[in-house]
Amino acid sequence: MTTRVSVVEDILSANDKLAASNRARLDAAGVFAINLMASPGAGKTSLITRTVEALKDEFRIGAVDGDIATTLDADRIAAVGIPTVQINTGGECHLDAVMFQSALPSLPLDDLDLLIIENVGNLICPASFKLGVHASVLIASVPEGDDKPYKYPVMYRGVDAVVLNKMDVLAAFDFDVDYFRQGVEVLNPGLAFFPLSCKTGEGLDAWLAWLRNEVRKYVSGDSGAHS
Amino acid sequence: MHELSITQSVLEIALRHAEQAHAARITQLNLVIGELSTIVDDSVQFYWDIISRGTIAEGAVLHFERVPGVLRCLNCGHTFPLNGEDFSCPRCGDRQVITAGGDDFRLDSIEIET
Ligand SMILES: Nc1nc2c(ncn2[C@@H]2O[C@H](COP(=O)(O)OP(=O)(O)OP(=O)(O)O)[C@@H](O)[C@H]2O)c(=O)[nH]1
Ligand SMILES: [Mg+2]
Ligand SMILES: [Zn+2]
Repeated sequence: MTTRVSVVEDILSANDKLAASNRARLDAAGVFAINLMASPGAGKTSLITRTVEALKDEFRIGAVDGDIATTLDADRIAAVGIPTVQINTGGECHLDAVMFQSALPSLPLDDLDLLIIENVGNLICPASFKLGVHASVLIASVPEGDDKPYKYPVMYRGVDAVVLNKMDVLAAFDFDVDYFRQGVEVLNPGLAFFPLSCKTGEGLDAWLAWLRNEVRKYVSGDSGAHS
Repeated sequence: MHELSITQSVLEIALRHAEQAHAARITQLNLVIGELSTIVDDSVQFYWDIISRGTIAEGAVLHFERVPGVLRCLNCGHTFPLNGEDFSCPRCGDRQVITAGGDDFRLDSIEIET
């Protein structure tokens, strides 16, 4: 005889719980963490090195770099002179809360204000796996096409800001920035949007101002850094 | 593709509940997958057949209930199904919409033999 047993459990609940504990650890040390997600080659590493160069005299910054196999990106970030931890995901298409947790002991958390995480280059999978960060940023780039928010609505949901990189090559592509922006905003009313170029530096100031403001609010505010 | 680790979580959850119910065997799993989750049910089935081997869930049948993506208009409150490219509200035409369902990825129940 068979009986039905009610379960009603989210499959990712174990990851979500661990993400919450990562978040508590960051809060105890007063570190504001951001998760950068994007397709391969959209410019995650370029945005990180640009951002670190601009903000490293203001904030103490660290980085976590998720990569399927190599240390190339972590080397590029470490070369800018900040503590960097590499996570090789061993083939997995995304970082998850377990991998992020394992990276934390290798970072001088008490001596950091800002932790920047480069997720694995993949537009679909990272969105499902919470890490325990304070802000999620999606980087798109002009060569990917302006229809991506319509094709991957999941990815564009629940992010706090969208960076549109490689604006310097806009003329070479049929990319309608307004159409792209509408697609991004439609599922994220009020989202911050930063068209920029990591190559020329055009548009970077608005992005830096946003990030600076987020970190300052956190560091000075009711961040849970009291425990 | 992260269906292997996902499928391992499904197995862990099912085995934990089966043990609490003193099950001898798990025969069916009823999963709910939202259209907005990134899960491919064929891959879950593929990994399931491999990783359930040698457990009391070996040979259990996976049922997938698909839940459509749902949007809600912030202007008029209307809720409507996600329909491809056009996210604007079919009632008032507004484009300020948020998602209101379809994220699900859940194990609802299992069928066991005791
Ligand atoms: N033209 C142009 N090229 C850029 C820009 N930003 C980055 N690139 C180039 O795009 C390529 C990929 O940049 P990365 O920063 O390595 O991208 P990524 O997202 O970290 O890549 P993965 O980690 O491999 O997924 C490099 O050749 C960069 O030089 C930009 O604003 N304009
Ligand atoms: Mg990179
Ligand atoms: Zn409406």
